[in-house]
Amino acid sequence: MSSPTPAHDDVVHSESFLRSLMRRQLSLSIACAGTFLVALLGMPLLNYFAPAFMATRVAGFTLSWLILGVLFFPFVWIISYVFIKRSLQLEADEVNEARR
Amino acid sequence: MNLPLALIGGVDPWIFGCSFLTVAVTLWMGFRSAKTSKTASDFFVAGRSVSVGWNASAISGEYLSAASFMGVAGMVMSSGYDALWYPVCYACGYLFLLLFIAGPLRRFGAYTIPDFAEGRFDSPLFRKIAVCFVLFIGFFYTMPQMKGAGVTLAYIFPGLPYWVGVVVVGAVITLNVALGGMKGITLVQAVQYWIKLFAISVPVFVLMAVVGFYNTQIGANVAPGETAPALSSVERKPLVEKAPKDTAWIAPFGPLTTKAVTAAANALPAEQRPAFLAEHQKPYSLLYTYSLIIALVCGTAGLPHILVRFYTNPDGVAAKRTTMWVMILIGVFYVFPPIFGVIGRNLLPELYSGVGAKGTDKIVLELPTLISAKYGVVGSILSGITCAGAFAAFMSTFSGLLVSMTGALAHDVYGRMLRPKSSPAERMFAFKVAAVLIGGVAVTLGCFVEPLEINFMVGQAFAIAAASYFPLLFMSVWWRGMTMKGAATGMLTGGLCALGAAALTNLGTLALDKGPMGKIFASFSPLNGFWAQHPLLRILCEQPAIWTVPLAIGLMIVVSKATSAQVPPDIRMKMLVLHAPEKLGLKQEYIQEHQAGAGH
Repeated sequence: MSSPTPAHDDVVHSESFLRSLMRRQLSLSIACAGTFLVALLGMPLLNYFAPAFMATRVAGFTLSWLILGVLFFPFVWIISYVFIKRSLQLEADEVNEARR
Repeated sequence: MNLPLALIGGVDPWIFGCSFLTVAVTLWMGFRSAKTSKTASDFFVAGRSVSVGWNASAISGEYLSAASFMGVAGMVMSSGYDALWYPVCYACGYLFLLLFIAGPLRRFGAYTIPDFAEGRFDSPLFRKIAVCFVLFIGFFYTMPQMKGAGVTLAYIFPGLPYWVGVVVVGAVITLNVALGGMKGITLVQAVQYWIKLFAISVPVFVLMAVVGFYNTQIGANVAPGETAPALSSVERKPLVEKAPKDTAWIAPFGPLTTKAVTAAANALPAEQRPAFLAEHQKPYSLLYTYSLIIALVCGTAGLPHILVRFYTNPDGVAAKRTTMWVMILIGVFYVFPPIFGVIGRNLLPELYSGVGAKGTDKIVLELPTLISAKYGVVGSILSGITCAGAFAAFMSTFSGLLVSMTGALAHDVYGRMLRPKSSPAERMFAFKVAAVLIGGVAVTLGCFVEPLEINFMVGQAFAIAAASYFPLLFMSVWWRGMTMKGAATGMLTGGLCALGAAALTNLGTLALDKGPMGKIFASFSPLNGFWAQHPLLRILCEQPAIWTVPLAIGLMIVVSKATSAQVPPDIRMKMLVLHAPEKLGLKQEYIQEHQAGAGH
């Protein structure tokens, strides 16, 4: 019986490579998710604690409606654009590192 | 039989024509592609070579269901601000998918989620559990699509019973899927996204040009703290008795999230009501809002028919770019449906008194006819366009679901469990039989749900996905300590709790119905009495995600720690395949080693 994972001793298969790979990817994802969650989970709190401010009229909309119904979508596009750009860069770096 | 005559009498030729054209084009494309999809791989994941643009349009087309097209507008009209969470979270859920799941999943490479479940934990048993959830979530998600079909046909053919629409549309789509498979569906879905965007945006712009823009329509409602509407330039019809008041409708924590507390207050003696409402209304509706957000954001990442599409990308980079485009495409779309709801409140308030197929869920279809009085046939044409969009909506989502559920049944249950040695021809036949079987069950379920709101039902499907697939995918991708037992315990407990809570909520609501469904489900009415005593429990049952998602993740961690000896021995290699860039070619290596290992 051979072991399911034959021993490889190059950079790619090392424990440290995997750890740094996952740590870097996860910290990028968490940074992006954090930005998004602060906005998403902050909205109900603002509605709760500052209802008068959120009911301010902006060209007919209430502020709360304008943010949630219209402005939230472009905000999410920006986050995902930044994430994709950085994550493709990250992958390119990882490939270079592994092949060095 | 005077039914056919009565039907033809009330039908608007434009509305009928546009709808018929959409259905005909869909069927034609399905049949045409049936000729070109030959192999089993074509049927399941479209040969894995769909371009980013096509795939993004197809995912969006599949994702924008009857709930997005009709349900969001209906719910914004009936509940106001709180309903905006639905379109926002439907769109934002994709971000989570992109950030945590899309890339790794694609790199791992497997046809379906059950494939992933088996590959990650080397456990055929776990595959079976995962297959069950494809079906659970799928059926919950088909019910609102079927309601959309019933409502739309009942609108096009006044007098047609709701269930006839459900049966006709269900049969047509089932046939299409059985003949075309996924290859055909990719093309159909992509085209249908553009039909939907056209059908929701063009009528909105024409309507707004005639009756007043989005902001002035909202401005006609009185916000809390105001004595008169901010803008009074648009025409408004008087609200009916059942409509929520302006201040409750336009502000957060309105009728949707405070329903349970209001019901509880009504069960109290009149003098205790104000104190009870003041104490409980806002905190409970904040809780409701958060639970809804968790369900919708996490649930998107766990919808079976969406995830399978990531495998139709040629590589992980394309999977990420596809997700970016999907977010843009669906984000653009979701700005429009609430506008229908807002204008509908001002101009068609009589829909508040309607129930089932005659209620606010049909606002998108009916609103454009309002300008007929001024511009004659234009109103009918626009209404025809929105009907065509509605057809595109429920047809594309239903066929996508049917493909993934049928895939689960034919590929997993038949191909892997029952007859592992079956020939490709037998599997193709099994795919067709499974499609008919699942289509039949979906239609039967769809006939029962007329009294339930389309959007609400979709929210429930999301809640179940959020408590089962999302924890499974998220944890198995990012935590190497997960064991099969931990994953299965968490997914089953979380998913079944959410499923049970959703079913109880629906049974309670159906028992309240004044029509035939109320009689069928009358035995569940004590449930509503119980909830009136315990509004908090009602909210946790109606929106279970806030406790089921942490429960599932917590169980996964605890049980995995307890069974840590069973972590797959080649876990490092698996994690490398999930996270290392595809250029390093680890996937090929992994497959070779795995086959060599399995051979011993």
